Amino acid sequence: MSNDSYVTDDGRTIGPTVMEMKNITLRFGGVKAITDISFDIREGEIRAIIGPNGAGKSSMLNVISGFYVPQEGEVWYKGAKRPPMKPYQVAEQGIARTFQNIALFEGMTVLDNVMTGRLRQMKANMFEQAIWKGKAEREEVENREVVEKIIDFLEIQAIRKTPVGRLPYGLKKRVELARALAAEPSILLLDEPMAGMNVEEKEDMSRFILDMNDEFGTTIALIEHDMGVVMDLSDRVVVMDYGKKIGDGTPDEVRNNQDVIDAYLGVAHD
Amino acid sequence: MFYREAGDFKTTYSADNQTFPIKIDRVGYYVALVVAFLIIPFMINDYWANAILMPFLIYSIAAIGLNILVGYCGQVSLGTGGFMAVGAYACYKLMTSFPEVNIFFHVLLSGGVTAFVCILFGLPSLRIKGFYLAVATLAAQFFLVWLFNRVPWFYNYSASGQINAPERTVFGVPVTGPNTEAWATYLFCLVFLVICAVIARNLTRGMAGRKWMAIRDMDIAAEIIGVNPLKAKLTAFGVSGFFIGISGALFFALYLGAVEVGEAFGITKSFLVLFMIIIGGLGSIFGSFAGAAFLVLLPVVLKVVGVDMLGWPTDIVAHLQLVIVGGLIVLFLILEPHGLAQLWRVAKQKLRLWPFPH
Repeated sequence: MSNDSYVTDDGRTIGPTVMEMKNITLRFGGVKAITDISFDIREGEIRAIIGPNGAGKSSMLNVISGFYVPQEGEVWYKGAKRPPMKPYQVAEQGIARTFQNIALFEGMTVLDNVMTGRLRQMKANMFEQAIWKGKAEREEVENREVVEKIIDFLEIQAIRKTPVGRLPYGLKKRVELARALAAEPSILLLDEPMAGMNVEEKEDMSRFILDMNDEFGTTIALIEHDMGVVMDLSDRVVVMDYGKKIGDGTPDEVRNNQDVIDAYLGVAHD
Repeated sequence: MFYREAGDFKTTYSADNQTFPIKIDRVGYYVALVVAFLIIPFMINDYWANAILMPFLIYSIAAIGLNILVGYCGQVSLGTGGFMAVGAYACYKLMTSFPEVNIFFHVLLSGGVTAFVCILFGLPSLRIKGFYLAVATLAAQFFLVWLFNRVPWFYNYSASGQINAPERTVFGVPVTGPNTEAWATYLFCLVFLVICAVIARNLTRGMAGRKWMAIRDMDIAAEIIGVNPLKAKLTAFGVSGFFIGISGALFFALYLGAVEVGEAFGITKSFLVLFMIIIGGLGSIFGSFAGAAFLVLLPVVLKVVGVDMLGWPTDIVAHLQLVIVGGLIVLFLILEPHGLAQLWRVAKQKLRLWPFPH
């Protein structure tokens, strides 16, 4: 836990710790998915979690977003210990995420999908919504303006009235990002934002992630397999293997860590 | 050529978000309102009211209610008949217990009571989905009908076990009981239909509707962005129950006048309303109207064609009707799973370009 801020080489300010995982252990029956892992996420940084398949990265993200409750360990968020929570309560606290295999609402338009991300900010009750005129309509318009900015930012204006089910994969990923961003999260969790994309789409996505962090100051924690992308984007990297943390630090530190090299390249067993 | 949105520019978000964004739709809507409120009441007779208009209005309300639950929130329900019975019996008890209160409020309150019952039976929906939930609501259907049959308090200990609507007036005009006029009951139901449709539309275009559709499309993703699944599902059950209760109350008090629960609100009623929204289009308010109109009109049309024009025996036509309805449902499910509403959308899409398709 650190309370000081510092400025990175490219001029962004990294604030104090916003979330801290303390000695998290997660078991499924006899299988230990995560063993005694601790790390922190600081305000305004891009934090990557990497590791080979089955290392427990997605499980870690699911612990943060409340799908799994770890058997041991504590999650500290904004300086307070977080009690076990349902996923929607975690979302209400300002943690948004995307999924590895897109989880959009296929029957709804892009606009409605992104608007759904604003539900934390829209407070009109059922009666006000039934009457519509007044608070409900005012909120709808105010939030629409915010959503339009995000739609603009992610360059999906042309498809805003298209049902999501009809979109190609790359665009869906972008819409999902828009929906998560619309929530104005304190922490944005991205589960493999570039999985299954070609180089061009990856470049677009990287640009969006950097811009998001730069313009809105969004704190981002991401899981990614593409090493080049991770090393370029992130401020600090956690490396996991077989549910254990084997490295933590800046991309350069991690790159030169012997354990990490072993995990990725393999090591001779005699 | 005539159906155009070109040149119809929106300059505000509220204009973009209105119920009928295209001008010609808006005009059509106002024309329909004027015809329904100012022209039909002067032309209506008992046959039209009883055979077509009243069932259409009342079933439309029920279909809107069920569509919110099934079409928007994705929670399958086979308990519509039972919930309509709750509305009917609530209305009957209120009418006989508080005769001095206006029937308008009785109908609204019956909706409220049904909403409560519906929420109660919706509680298992947090744990069970799909077919299993359908079976749970089926239990509600049978239980409620049994309850109204077996507990004499509900039918005020009458010897026949039936409930009969006593005469009640609105502005001095009787709307229930034996001395009603077609136009009065028609207008009374129409007012409720318009209110219900507007409320349903407002809810479904706003955040409540988005939450319901989010639950329908992917409940895990809905939860991760902050939708409380229990609350979203139960509000859907509640709103749906409110509309279905109103339709049940109107069905009993204004349309039938006397009701025997197993006969009027049996399982066939549940299926009828479900067919309406499937044929009309799940997740569409217009679809609820279209489906109700289709299933109300079909028997009338078949009777006119079969009995009056072709001179076939009545019983054969009646049986033929069952066959045709069944066939049409199968055909619809295969050809256009999204129902009449989708056909209408496609037609509008074509009209936009007509006569130059490219």
